[in-house]
Formats: sequence, C-alpha cells, structure tokens
Amino acid sequence: MNSQAAKRTPLYDEHVALGARMVPFAGYDMPVQYPAGIMAEHNWTRDNAGLFDVSHMGQCFVTGADFATVATALERIVPADVKGLVPGQQRYSQLLADDGGILDDLMITHALKTGAEGPVYVVVNAARKDHDFGHITALLPQGLKLIRRDDLALVALQGPKAEAVMAKLAPELATLPFMRSAHVTVSGMPLQVSRSGYTGEDGYEISVRNEDAVKLWRLLLADERVKPVGLGARDSLRLEGGLCLYGHDIDETTSPVEAGLMWSIARHRRAEANYPGAGRVSRELAEGVSRKRVGLKPAGRAPARDGTDITNAAGEKIGTITSGGFGPTVGGPVAMGYVASAFAAPGTPVNLMVRGQAMPATVVALPFVPNRFKR
Amino acid sequence: MSVKFSKDHEWVKVEGGIATIGITNHAQEQLGDVVFVELPKLGKKVSKGGDAAVVESVKAASEVYAPVSGEVVAVNGELEADPALVNRAAEGDGWFMKVKMSNPGDLDELMDKAAYDAFAAN
Repeated sequence: MNSQAAKRTPLYDEHVALGARMVPFAGYDMPVQYPAGIMAEHNWTRDNAGLFDVSHMGQCFVTGADFATVATALERIVPADVKGLVPGQQRYSQLLADDGGILDDLMITHALKTGAEGPVYVVVNAARKDHDFGHITALLPQGLKLIRRDDLALVALQGPKAEAVMAKLAPELATLPFMRSAHVTVSGMPLQVSRSGYTGEDGYEISVRNEDAVKLWRLLLADERVKPVGLGARDSLRLEGGLCLYGHDIDETTSPVEAGLMWSIARHRRAEANYPGAGRVSRELAEGVSRKRVGLKPAGRAPARDGTDITNAAGEKIGTITSGGFGPTVGGPVAMGYVASAFAAPGTPVNLMVRGQAMPATVVALPFVPNRFKR
Repeated sequence: MSVKFSKDHEWVKVEGGIATIGITNHAQEQLGDVVFVELPKLGKKVSKGGDAAVVESVKAASEVYAPVSGEVVAVNGELEADPALVNRAAEGDGWFMKVKMSNPGDLDELMDKAAYDAFAAN
C-alpha cells in the first residue's frame, strides 16, 4: 500500500504530532485513530465534539452565467432537485451512470458567492474525485466550468457540543439550520461553513484555505470540548447513523432505489426522468427491486464484516453485508447490507455466515442510533 | 519458566507441560479496542502456526495462531463478557487459552523477550 507516495493533507504534521496512527486511505496518509482509540473517539463525538480532518475529499465549484444556468446543467448530471436550492442550501445526491448504477455520492450547495466561488459548490468522495471531476466536466455544456479547489482543506466538527464551540468563534453559526451554509471570518480566516456531516450528530463542515488549516485546527482543539477523531471512529459513527459509504454500501452496481436513497430524489425529478439512469430508477419504482439495503443486528457479540454472506433458515444465500463492525454507542455488533426484497422487512430473522458458522441476526430499520441533526 | 514469544505476536508461558497462550501487549496496541474474542472449543487439537482463535477490534478481525501444538484444555471465559481485558492486561489476565503441549520442541523456535521486543520494534 505504501509503494506509491501517499498524498498528505495540510494537517498531516498535526496528526503526527498528536500521536495519530496514519494509514493509507484513498491515496492519502490519513489518521485512523489518535492515542485515545476508536472507541473513546467515537464516544467523545456522541457526547461532546469530535474534530475530523476530511481534507482528502474533493471540493470544487461549478461556474456559469448564473445559478439557474448551472443548476439546470447539473440536473442533467444528478437526480436531485438542484434548481430548487435557495442560496446557502445544501443537498445530498448521487452521480448516476446511464444504467442507474451509483458512480459516487456527493453534496451540492447553492453557494452564496459568485465568480470562482460560485454559484454551485460540490464535495465528492476522496477516492472518486479525479473520476467525478472528469465525469462532471465532460457532461457540462459550453460556458460552464468545474474548478477543482485543491487549495482548500476541509474539517468537520461533529457532536452535541459543536454548536456551542462554533458559536464562540462566530455567533451566527449557532442558528445556521441543517443543510445550510454560511461564510464567516474567524481570526482573519475566511471560512465556508455548512451545518452537515457524516456522523448522525449535529455538526459543521468547514472549508478553509490550506494555508489557514493548521491555525483553524489548533483553534478548535484549544476548546476543551473538542478532541481529534480519526477515520476509524468516523466509520463506526456513520455506520450507526445508517449512512452509506461509497464503494461499500453503494457502488456502480447499486441503484438509489435499492439503496433506499429515494428521499434524495424529489418527486418532480422522478417524473421528469431526465437524469442519467432515470430509466432504471423509474422501472424499479414501478416494478419494485429484487434487493434492498437494510440494517442487520447480529444476536451475539461477534461482528460480521463487509462481504459476509447473509442466508435464510434453509441456508440459501439471500444477501451480503456491505458494512459491518462494532457499534460503540449500540454496545454491540452492527451491520448493513443488501438482502432479497422478501427478507427486507424489519424483524425478519436471517443468518450471517461468519467463519463458516451461521450466526443469527435480525433485519432492523436504520439508523441504529437516532440522527440528531438540527432541523 | 520464562515467557516466550512468536513472530505472530503471541506469548506462551509453560508450566508442567501446559502452555498458557495470549497475544502480546504490542499486538493489542496495534489492534486497538478489542470488542470480541472467539476462543477454541475445549479438546480442540491445535497445531503450531495454525488457526486457534480470532480477536476482533472495532476495525477488523485478526486470526490468532497457535504458537505450539497440542490440545486445548482451558479457555479464558472472562473474555466473552469483557473482551477489553485483552487491552488492559494482554500478557496477564487477558490470556486466551491453555494448551497441553504435544511437542516440547516447539518452544525452541520461539523468541525470548529481548528478541521479541527487537522484532516488534521493526
């Protein structure tokens, strides 16, 4: 894994100084955990405020004559309602292939600025950013441009105390609603802040100039309610929160219908059916799907990992786990995966084949831990 | 007798032909929070270098290999209710199993503490 020179975020030296264990992830050397450990970092985020370096993610702006022009173009690329975003509003969506498979998931924001920082701000997954930026660029009409912003870092502050921490730096952020963004200046640093995240907790994602990233990181960590949290706890937090990880719970073979992501495709967009993959989405909505993404709660203590076969009482394979591990807040193993639709109802008993043994488990509704977003 | 160590990061302490086996403190540090331990059944025959147990951290499952051959005569039931004991006392109360050794010569291939510490540091 370390044959290729791994990239570093502007916060690399901070992680090392904090004693983080660095691992290769999506081409970057990233902190999987700090000395406190995944369990403690997970619990700290649920109870206080966890600080995450997510600078490896891909940030870009899509520019054009005005918001309507750019939004109209983006609606030919993603299934979400982009035109309906009010200034500062953010929405979750997916890049779909023509066959309806998911190429990536992403966040789209009606940016509050224009020019090179507007009118649309997009954040995509680290491992997919080169692909996604090329894909979007290829589908943009003449006159529109995707400007990738490798000069920006991204940090997330997540947890019930995130609001109080951010309000100390910029009071107006206390009342920023979920999935809205604002521009603030803190200690001379221009920040684009959104009320969003990937933990199921209330929190913020903060886009900051690379040259300011260390200063912002240290400023946030100076607050005793804030501790650094690595990718390990980020994964256990989002799994308990029922949130999909691209490449595991969603990929080029899964559709938004199978993945249970139809809440992110507005009714009028479904009717228009003028986005890539609309044929499959419409067909699956009309005829149903053969498999669905579900939560799975193992009855015992053993975690069931990604790739584990799911079987019925007769021992026939009915599905596969796509994310699985230990949920510190749940206090036991948790998983999600795809099962044949006949087995997707919460309460359905299934077996998980762990090391050749059938372990009983139950299909459950997601999330495992209720989301605490500030609606 | 003194404790010996394997390249797979297990420790072995032999008393009267019975080897008490666990994972090293270095191994638990690398694993992080242990959340589950799957122990062998009593009477299971394990062979040196073969699968003997599984230890799971929040992130991943890892095999524990038998550092010596023999028959499992005891397992540490405490680990079922309290897997984090492995983190707190890897080379003591967090032991995994006791094996009645079938080949005392197996010990000769294991490292002493100084050799293991040097091995683990690399």
